[in-house]
Amino acid sequence: MGFVLSEKGFEKLIRHLSDTYRLYAPVLKPGEGRFTDTDVVRYDFVKDSAEIELSKKSDYSFKEILTPLSETLFYFTEQEMKEADADEQPVLVFLRNCDLHALRRLDQIYLQNGTSQDWFYNRIRRNLSFALIGCAESCEDGFCVSMGANKNVEGYLFSIDQEDGKFLFDVKDFSLLPVFADLGNEAEVTPRFVTENKVQVSIPETVPNSIYQNPIWDEYNTRCIGCGRCNFVCPTCTCYTMQDVFYTENGKVGERRRVAASCMVDGYTNVAGGGQYRKSSAERMRFKVLHKVYDFRRRFGYDMCVGCGRCDMACPEYISFPVCINKLNRAVKEGQIHE
Amino acid sequence: MSKLKNPYIPFSSRILSIIRHTQKEYTFRMEYKGEVIPGQFFEVSVPKYGEAPISVSGIGEGFVDLTIRKVGRVTDEVFEQYEGQSLFLRGPYGNGFDLSLYETGEVIVVAGGTGVSPVRGVISALAETTDAKDKHVIVGFKSPEDMLFREDLKEWSDKLDLILTVDGAPEGYDGKIGLVTRYIPEVPVRDVKNARAIVVGPPPMMRFSVKGLLEKGFEEKNIWVSQERKMCCGLGKCGHCRIGEKYVCLDGPVFNYVESKEMID
Ligand SMILES: Cc1cc2nc3c(=O)[nH]c(=O)nc-3n(C[C@H](O)[C@H](O)[C@H](O)COP(=O)(O)OP(=O)(O)OC[C@H]3O[C@@H](n4cnc5c(N)ncnc54)[C@H](O)[C@@H]3O)c2cc1C
Ligand code: SF4
Ligand code: SF4
Ligand code: FES
Repeated sequence: MGFVLSEKGFEKLIRHLSDTYRLYAPVLKPGEGRFTDTDVVRYDFVKDSAEIELSKKSDYSFKEILTPLSETLFYFTEQEMKEADADEQPVLVFLRNCDLHALRRLDQIYLQNGTSQDWFYNRIRRNLSFALIGCAESCEDGFCVSMGANKNVEGYLFSIDQEDGKFLFDVKDFSLLPVFADLGNEAEVTPRFVTENKVQVSIPETVPNSIYQNPIWDEYNTRCIGCGRCNFVCPTCTCYTMQDVFYTENGKVGERRRVAASCMVDGYTNVAGGGQYRKSSAERMRFKVLHKVYDFRRRFGYDMCVGCGRCDMACPEYISFPVCINKLNRAVKEGQIHE
Repeated sequence: MSKLKNPYIPFSSRILSIIRHTQKEYTFRMEYKGEVIPGQFFEVSVPKYGEAPISVSGIGEGFVDLTIRKVGRVTDEVFEQYEGQSLFLRGPYGNGFDLSLYETGEVIVVAGGTGVSPVRGVISALAETTDAKDKHVIVGFKSPEDMLFREDLKEWSDKLDLILTVDGAPEGYDGKIGLVTRYIPEVPVRDVKNARAIVVGPPPMMRFSVKGLLEKGFEEKNIWVSQERKMCCGLGKCGHCRIGEKYVCLDGPVFNYVESKEMID
């Protein structure tokens, strides 16, 4: 059911919601961007409607609430292990169309890959609800349309669109209907989504093994510095590394954490005795790209990348992911002609 | 399979005994009750140091054997433990070997170094079959000093066709010398189209052994290998062990060669 609220109404709505939920939303942080004096939009807890960035896509992903950069799993004492406490208060996450699609990818790995659900992911996930921020126009770097991640019709409590100083909501959660009815008027509302992006990609249906040796990957050996930012900002990347630490000199007390890992960063495939399965940036780029647009699909039936464009925004070397996908697609096509 | 238990929290397991094979390789017999099959692995946990995936090298009533090579942070710490003390474990993980595939007919097992651990249970089972003379096992170590499972080797050599070799040995050594691959052509196999093979060991050794088996006339579909990759969870979550669309910890570590030859890191 649709509603239209004034700015005042929106303000009241957010205040009302923060009685029940912790609100996790994109927030504009001036001067904290990729380069000095640039702005950045990153996620934070908010209490006030004015803090929520509704027009610009966040540079960092909402996933940090589900898969924190560093998460304590449990504590060790002498002969005991104690699971770290979790915050049980419900959280309402404000996110965009591509992000809501990304959530399905996170769930796929953490809740459905293998026979067990991830304990620590699950205990956060079950307290999350979502509010969809509509997209009035395409962002600069996104290619969500090519990836089929531009639109959602479910999976959110309500959507928000801002139009001529008014706020439009498509409310899916029945329990919130009286709240909206109190604060505004009924209206016909469909969450906005884009049907075209400036950036477009073509994804190869299948990728032959010969592509592993193809020279398209070579340029990344000189261009990529292996910083891993492309993975850390990606809403669909899920890898982590276990890390034990102890606090005291005698090592009697400590904790086990998991920290975000990147397949682009040195060490990801290291095994004892100095072995390393992917040494060069070219191999790592190939591994990452094929996962996003091929290997994940081979396992789960749909592509991992949602085309949010964050990896392009984050890369200090201006490496473009969609450009690489299109190169891959051309190389696959050319290979087919030659065969 | 929904147990309401946090799978990341390891359980404490008592060290029942320790066999010291070499200075760097010990077998820890760990108290354990539950289903396990050869080729599966446990995450061995030393709180404050970390975890390491270790294959089961033996399975028995109330215990599992873990044969561990001392190579770094976690394994060094494991070697500090004695009989009667405890280690933390979680698992077992992975698919393991399907023994029924090897019980009848001709079989070659090629194993190198600590690669013997995951197939030790398979070889022991093969030694007890009625056609054990059709079970051929090639085991290779770096040198005579690096030999693991000496007692098993003796027993196996009585029961099945065992070829024990070392890469190199001091003067006067009267056993076989040479890489495992050298002995593959010599193994007497009557029906090579239907014979089955298992290959486990360091990556180059596996590559060349498979090559040798294929040259001998083995069918790709009759060869199985066990893979090792970096692993942080064993549960299909951390991502480290993924190759293409496969997760070594879930879909492996044992793979049929038809599958594994398509897996490019
Ligand atoms: C399925 C499987 C079965 C294995 N079975 C056995 C076995 O039966 N016996 C045995 O001795 N070893 C086995 N290994 C190898 C063993 O896990 C490693 O030797 C061990 O993790 C090294 O840990 P460490 O902390 O002592 O070494 P460190 O020197 O501290 O670590 C050395 C390097 O190993 C890397 N590493 C971390 N985790 C792993 C990992 N899971 N596998 C390999 N390297 C890792 C680290 O990143 C580091 O670069 C197995 C590995 C796998 C994946
Ligand atoms: S790979 Fe890049 S474009 Fe695709 S989902 Fe990740 S950050 Fe977004
Ligand atoms: S952000 Fe750019 S430079 Fe850094 S690892 Fe990713 S592709 Fe390489
Ligand atoms: S070990 Fe973590 S996904 Fe396989």
